[in-house]
Amino acid sequence: MSQNEDAEIVHFDNVGLRYGTGKEVLTDISFTLYSGRFYFLTGASGAGKTTMLKLLYLAQRPSRGLIRMFGTDAITLPRDRLPGFRRRLGVVFQDFRLVPHLSAFDNVALPLRVAGVPERDIVKPVTDMLEWVELGDRSHARPATLSGGEQQRVAIARAVIGRPDMLVADEPTGNVDPDMAIKLLRLFEALNRLGTTVVVATHDVHLIRKVPDSLIMRLDKGRLSDPTGALRYPPRRVSPTARADLTRA
Amino acid sequence: MTVVADLTNGLRGEWRERASAESRLLPQGKLSGPMPWVIAIMIGLTVVASASGLALRNTARLASADVAGGVTVQIVNGAPRERDRQAQAALEALQGAPGVASARLVPQKELDALVEPWLGTTAGDDVNALPVPALIDVRLSGTADKTSVSALRKQIVSRAADARVDAQASWLAPVFEAIGALQWLAGGLIALLAFATVATVLLATRNALSNHRTTIEIVHMLGGTDAQIARIFQRSMAVDAAAGGIGGLFLGVVTTGLLGRQFAALGSGMMTAGGLGWTDWLAICCIPVAGVLLAVLTARFSVLNALKGML
Repeated sequence: MSQNEDAEIVHFDNVGLRYGTGKEVLTDISFTLYSGRFYFLTGASGAGKTTMLKLLYLAQRPSRGLIRMFGTDAITLPRDRLPGFRRRLGVVFQDFRLVPHLSAFDNVALPLRVAGVPERDIVKPVTDMLEWVELGDRSHARPATLSGGEQQRVAIARAVIGRPDMLVADEPTGNVDPDMAIKLLRLFEALNRLGTTVVVATHDVHLIRKVPDSLIMRLDKGRLSDPTGALRYPPRRVSPTARADLTRA
Repeated sequence: MTVVADLTNGLRGEWRERASAESRLLPQGKLSGPMPWVIAIMIGLTVVASASGLALRNTARLASADVAGGVTVQIVNGAPRERDRQAQAALEALQGAPGVASARLVPQKELDALVEPWLGTTAGDDVNALPVPALIDVRLSGTADKTSVSALRKQIVSRAADARVDAQASWLAPVFEAIGALQWLAGGLIALLAFATVATVLLATRNALSNHRTTIEIVHMLGGTDAQIARIFQRSMAVDAAAGGIGGLFLGVVTTGLLGRQFAALGSGMMTAGGLGWTDWLAICCIPVAGVLLAVLTARFSVLNALKGML
């Protein structure tokens, strides 16, 4: 385990979230994510996976508890410092969130343009990335003319183009065929090997089984469990048999 | 010099590139719809109101300067011979009086011309039977205030008992007051038009923000700053306001020109004196620039204020 992998990326301490005066949708969430690791967040539909990811990519503030991100208290972070943090994150939204009036190329280029990357340094990486997700010939197409799977690939390309410190993906392979799902997973793994912490929310057990070194967090009715010891430090490795049992469950 | 030129070109290129990249974040040209037309109308009306205000100010200034040191001495006596004697005596007294720059007995021909529109001077009109006062037009070296007019009166009355001495400014005081009120009205109109422009830009910006809320949220989530988003709206508003400003200036100048011709045709000395100088035209040409600045700043603060509500 390298020195870099020991670095804490995200720390949640007793985090709770409720909307208005309703009951808590997330309760007593405490965990630490370390740099360079691959995490899966599982749980049944409605368990709170998307809500927890929203906290992770700073789209939502918790009702209680502490969140530390990249060594800084994210709860009291002033608004003007949020963009700097968000530029270190890559997010694949469940509903893709592509900008409708922009082409596939411009959507993928968006994080680079927002970060002020010169135009001459944008064309090649964006073109390469679109080729990689097999959308090279659709680079001028607008989202409305792309299929669900193609939109998802554009969303993934946009999330990884800036080589983020942490990639947060919400059901990233839900609309693609199995072969493309494996290919995209390999992309996440490649990014992970380069040092990016990857958090993938999914209930696709086949996907989880494809990444043997991954750590699994499970949400159940807004509470977090730790079936693979992902939340301990150092994380506990589990045997492939035990892992298969867990994912089967 | 080459280094400075290179640096300037580099910065300009970088700014252009950044502007081009940012302009692609939101669809351009669809932010404000009829905004250029609305701004053109606002600017046009502001130009007309400003030109009117400036022309009135010029009129008042010229008239005021004309009559500031003016004093009129009337010899009101029904007997022509006595009236002429008192007029000559008063004129002599005035010519030696301190503070008097000039004194001129208004000739009978000019007096006839003054009364002609009302009484006529053609054969059969018995003008001479009317006791028209003799007039002496006096110019003081200073302003004709109460003290100087009173001192002048004392000097004249001892030699011309029927003399009446009045400062010319006192006759025109109601005219100046009316001009002042019209100037305030023009100022009020300009303020109202500026307020209406701000309100229109606010509405258009809010509408655009609402239409592009999803895109703005995405840009935010990808690390876009409030300033970046505000710049997109500012730029769009600047283009709309500049187009509207140029159109409005043209509209306003043409209208002002036509109005000026109409007033000039009246042939009244006071009206023709109220023309616009080059500094006035310069100030009028600054109105579209001020309009663009106002629209851009309104859009900026409106967007920044709205974005504060987003995480």
